[in-house]
Amino acid sequence: MRIVIVGCGRVGSRVAAELASEGHQVSVVDQRQEAFRRLPERFPGQLVLGTGIDEDVLRSAGIESADVFIAVTEDDNTNIMAAQIAQVIYRVPKVILRIYDPERAEVYRRLGLTVICPTRTVADLIGEHVREGRPLGVSG
Amino acid sequence: MYVIVVGGGKVGYYLTKTLVNEGYEVFLIEKNPAKVHVCRERFGAIVMQGDGAEVATLAAAGAGRADVVIAVTGDDEDNLVICQMARERFGVRRTIARVNNPKNEELFRKLGIDVTVSHTNVILSIIEQQIPERPFVHLLALRHADLAIVEAKVAPDSPVIDQPIWQLQLPPEVIITAILRRGELIIPTGQTVIEPGDELIIVTKQRREAELRELITGPAL
Repeated sequence: MRIVIVGCGRVGSRVAAELASEGHQVSVVDQRQEAFRRLPERFPGQLVLGTGIDEDVLRSAGIESADVFIAVTEDDNTNIMAAQIAQVIYRVPKVILRIYDPERAEVYRRLGLTVICPTRTVADLIGEHVREGRPLGVSG
Repeated sequence: MYVIVVGGGKVGYYLTKTLVNEGYEVFLIEKNPAKVHVCRERFGAIVMQGDGAEVATLAAAGAGRADVVIAVTGDDEDNLVICQMARERFGVRRTIARVNNPKNEELFRKLGIDVTVSHTNVILSIIEQQIPERPFVHLLALRHADLAIVEAKVAPDSPVIDQPIWQLQLPPEVIITAILRRGELIIPTGQTVIEPGDELIIVTKQRREAELRELITGPAL
């Protein structure tokens, strides 16, 4: 599959490395050159320097033929805008984004985006563990 | 009418000032405490510190009863989300976003923002109207109707010279509504013959503009 990832932070770089090692064609967009240092040596994917909310940047990352689009920058609103460009303009079949703010996550989930809200997920896990002693089941 | 302005930079400051003077009920939200301080000195209690994309902030500002939310921060992604949150969470009917990158105007429209304001495009259109040599000038775009009013100056080598309007191969959905000739306004008929130097005022569907331009100014070089 052709996969575009916006944001080369801890999550973005890790997802990029894993998917690329499985043989997918991955391009990673970040506006800071240093961010690409998080990727493994000999990372086989494409690196694109620029902001993920600029269509020219996204096109050079191959959004037009992407099967999957992942927006995981540190900024909720950047992720939301990038994801909507992918969904509405380029009709990428699978669009996944991270939104820290649970309220915003709820609104955009309702609008049809695949939203991951780590705040909510982590809070729920901790809550379950404390209340029911359920094992956290988180590795690494 | 209750208006919430998000973004207390120069645009937000003067917008708030103008709206207050016009008698609107206005509330201003700004994230940066230093800017909040400046705005409070001028506007007092109608200024609040907070992130306008957050539900709690919008709720505290009374977004539920707002008639309009105007997002004028310097970041397009913030303006987009502020408007969408206002509409989706609080049912605000009318949302207006400032667009810093003119390329985002179309995207915002597709995403349901009612009005976008791009200072880059505004300045561009002012420049176009001020420069008389340009053969094809955009006077007005009526976005929801996909309609544009353009002014075309007929150059001495234009392919349409000496032809009556009925003979022109005008694209469909295009009409020449007026001609300015030597300072005089002519309402043309099919028999009116185009002369060099004529300024044609044309109503056109936006998607026909390229064909129209080519007809009047000749094929692009």
